[in-house]
Amino acid sequence: MTGAQWIGQQYLLPARLVIIPVLYFPVTEPPTRMKSPETRLRAGKASWLWFHRMGSPSWFYGFASRWAPVFAVLALLCLVAGLYFGLVIAPPDYQMGDSYRILFIHVPSAWMSMSTYVLMAVSAGVGLIWRIKMGHVVARSCAPLGAAFTFCALVTGSLWGKPTWGAYWVWDARLTSELILLFLYFGYMALANAFDDRTKGSRAAALVALVGMVNIPIIHFSVEWWNTLHQGSTITRLGRPSMDMDMLIPLLIMFAAINFYFAACLLNRVRCELLASERQTRWVRELVSG
Amino acid sequence: MADFFHMGGYGFFVWTSYAVTLTLLGYHFLSPVLKRRKLIQQLSHRYKPEQP
Repeated sequence: MTGAQWIGQQYLLPARLVIIPVLYFPVTEPPTRMKSPETRLRAGKASWLWFHRMGSPSWFYGFASRWAPVFAVLALLCLVAGLYFGLVIAPPDYQMGDSYRILFIHVPSAWMSMSTYVLMAVSAGVGLIWRIKMGHVVARSCAPLGAAFTFCALVTGSLWGKPTWGAYWVWDARLTSELILLFLYFGYMALANAFDDRTKGSRAAALVALVGMVNIPIIHFSVEWWNTLHQGSTITRLGRPSMDMDMLIPLLIMFAAINFYFAACLLNRVRCELLASERQTRWVRELVSG
Repeated sequence: MADFFHMGGYGFFVWTSYAVTLTLLGYHFLSPVLKRRKLIQQLSHRYKPEQP
């Protein structure tokens, strides 16, 4: 797999969860719910216009309100199933014993830390280049979540490193580049909130996000480019399955859980961002006044 | 049951990782929900017409 293909995949998985319902939205939405003339006008148009609607704050708010609870419920169901299969059903590893069970949260959060960054950088880039407000709103909402995933990946990795490698931390290429990712998230958040003018902050931070994209392939390929203590990837080698089904299934369920969780949290954060930044507009006034 | 919490001697590492992750992710799930409620409350006060 080339670097470009891989980055494409990293972006597509979380984005897919958000975008697929958007694609089907025009078919499922009953016309009676289109209230304002503005939305009625849009509803009559072809379904490929979904991309334009995504740029509209009022439409996105409604979309987020509908889908955030759905994703939250799906995340909870997958989490319960994943924890049950991972902690109770899956057998211990022949080498690492029960310590390998950290994998079920370590790998999904490490993976999300990178894909969230790609989503953040692409959204920030869309905001920066085409001056689409929603791009910055999504990027700002991604940053704290991505930082949380990165932090979880580092902490769980460190707690797994102690029993298996004998040390909580080593300056290994994979660990160091993941730590840099955490600082990139912090840098984005600090810069985005450093200006009184939110737009100026978003634009400056977007540059950091885009430059920081360099780090993403470095993290992924660090285990191949350098002789690291961290092991290579286990599940992406589809041709040679190197993991038992009893362990792979809980991991995949946890992947689904964390993706649904991310979608729910992202949409909820976007709602907050929109309420705060659009408080002068009529749609927020109507929404709040009921 | 004790075996389950013992995790073959790795109990501390396994349960600390799960606790840290679930706490942090739980916080990040709840905070925007609570923030939105607060925002809506604040905004509804602001939009109320001034009573003479």
